Amino acid sequence: MHITYTSGEQVEVYRFSIPVTIGIPLLALFAQAFVPLRFPRFAVYIDLPLLVTIFFAMARRSPISGLLTGAVIGLAQDMLGHNPIGIYGIAKTVVGYGASSLGVKLDVENAGARFLVTLGFYLLHAAVYFTVARGLVNMTQTWSWPRGILAGLANAFLGVVLYFVLDKFKQRT
Amino acid sequence: MESVLGRYRNLIILVGVLFLQVLGLAMQVKKSGNDEEKTRLIRIWAVDAVTPCERALVWVQNGSGNLWHNYFYLRGVRAENRQLKDEIEQMRLQQVRLADDAAQARRLQTLLAFKEQFISRTVAAQVIGSSGSDHSRIVYIDKGENAGIKRDMAVMTSDGIVGKVLLAYPSVAQVLLISDESSGVGALLEKTRLQGVLRGTANGEVVLERVMSDEQVPVGETVLTSGGDQIFPKGLPVGTVTRVGSGRDLFLNIKIKTAADLSKLEEVLVLVEKQERQATAEDEVHMRASDILAQRLPSVPDKSAAVANSAAVAAGSSGASTTAMQPKSAVKQGGIVTKSQGLAASAKAASTAKTAGTGSPATATPKAARNPAGASGVPITLLPEQPIQPAGSPSAAPKTTDASAPTTGAEPDGSQSNPPSAETKPVKPSTPPQANPQPPGDENNPQ
Repeated sequence: MHITYTSGEQVEVYRFSIPVTIGIPLLALFAQAFVPLRFPRFAVYIDLPLLVTIFFAMARRSPISGLLTGAVIGLAQDMLGHNPIGIYGIAKTVVGYGASSLGVKLDVENAGARFLVTLGFYLLHAAVYFTVARGLVNMTQTWSWPRGILAGLANAFLGVVLYFVLDKFKQRT
Repeated sequence: MESVLGRYRNLIILVGVLFLQVLGLAMQVKKSGNDEEKTRLIRIWAVDAVTPCERALVWVQNGSGNLWHNYFYLRGVRAENRQLKDEIEQMRLQQVRLADDAAQARRLQTLLAFKEQFISRTVAAQVIGSSGSDHSRIVYIDKGENAGIKRDMAVMTSDGIVGKVLLAYPSVAQVLLISDESSGVGALLEKTRLQGVLRGTANGEVVLERVMSDEQVPVGETVLTSGGDQIFPKGLPVGTVTRVGSGRDLFLNIKIKTAADLSKLEEVLVLVEKQERQATAEDEVHMRASDILAQRLPSVPDKSAAVANSAAVAAGSSGASTTAMQPKSAVKQGGIVTKSQGLAASAKAASTAKTAGTGSPATATPKAARNPAGASGVPITLLPEQPIQPAGSPSAAPKTTDASAPTTGAEPDGSQSNPPSAETKPVKPSTPPQANPQPPGDENNPQ
């Protein structure tokens, strides 16, 4: 078993099979596109591709792997919309890098840590998206703290449950 | 140098990946005119990866839903059916009034040489997916270029407009909803006729812009398309005004509740063909509301038919009485029967009655199809109550002169059956029909 040592603390590094690596993000994208047809508020508050990005990044604990995972998932999400491709890509790249870097330094296996990490990264994601969309693409964006925090909490709750399910697909290296 | 690269490798890669994406964004923004063309291929890949699953899921969902709704959940259908029939009655009367108004409008448009846009052909499609983001309010439909759908075609439901086709792939199309920020639709207020531009907002609301702040806009007023955007034909319902406030730059901020529920779209219509033509006032004579009402009132079938028959034989004027009876006959025949068919049926009934006297229906002329009350040709759709009889069947082709005889295809209420092709064989009664004749014995049938 490979063990990564960081500041004297032992953290485990996981890997995933190829079907899981491809299938889970695709499933998340598919669900994100389909569920709002039945539950319109879903798209406003929940970002499944972001949760998957955070999960893979934290489990792999490799910043390069994390940022690439985030970039690919974000770009795919951009392609389903009509806005310029790259806004979600940039935001999720930053989140992937941050989550994997944090995963190296902290124990993010317990539910409480996962909740806080997801809440924090949701807000970071929203901030990066807002900045890029407004600053680079000149899209009309309005920032709402109540909505951001509410959505962050919703994602954090869902993330804790989702990570617990996705943990089953982890393979020790 | 190597140690620096090794030490900051992760950071360098992060900056590199971000830089590439920013570069890509900048190129897309700079070439916004050809943006869709440049990014089309990769969008197709993404759409192709996701939409088959959505299509399958929608299919399964609809299948199970249909099974439940069509076989197991039929509680209250009978009562609902009764209620709907009542509504149809009301709407039929309303339709007559509207047909009159429309004809008048056409005549006026002809005088002014207006050109009208008509919805010529639509394609029904099912919504199978969305962008999954509140920053991009689009939906995917399961029809694309293969079904004739192209970019910038209008998309609507029976309630109102939905959006326009943004991109059309071979089997899927992307529809930009009117609630998206980048959407813009020419709109006007129904009563005040004020024009504006309908736009979406960041939080998914729809507002009407460019209406001057000194105008009075009542809450609840209906908003229609103005046709100015060259995408939506004029007069399609958009929604209603829910709030009027002061906006920027001397304009009002008018919030609109869309007529079509954009959050629960399932089936939509794509307007694939519009037709523009000069308005013409057709030579139509209209059925009056009282005529429609008369059809629905109870009659005394046997007596009236008997009197009608005797009148036809004795005086040769039975055409009038059968004409008075015919609209009900048209209704009773089932199928989608228009007024003109009903009139033709009346002519046939008249000819049948006449045959008793002359035996020569072949000498009849189309003028006989005219309603003595002056009603003809208004395309009023009468809904079926009984299945239509095929032409040539015994009930569809009465051979005797007695219109009331059940064995010869007459309805139990005394009205004459008419085959679907009845309007092709109009015949002229031997005597001119009376205007608005009252069938003898039919005291409850006011004209």
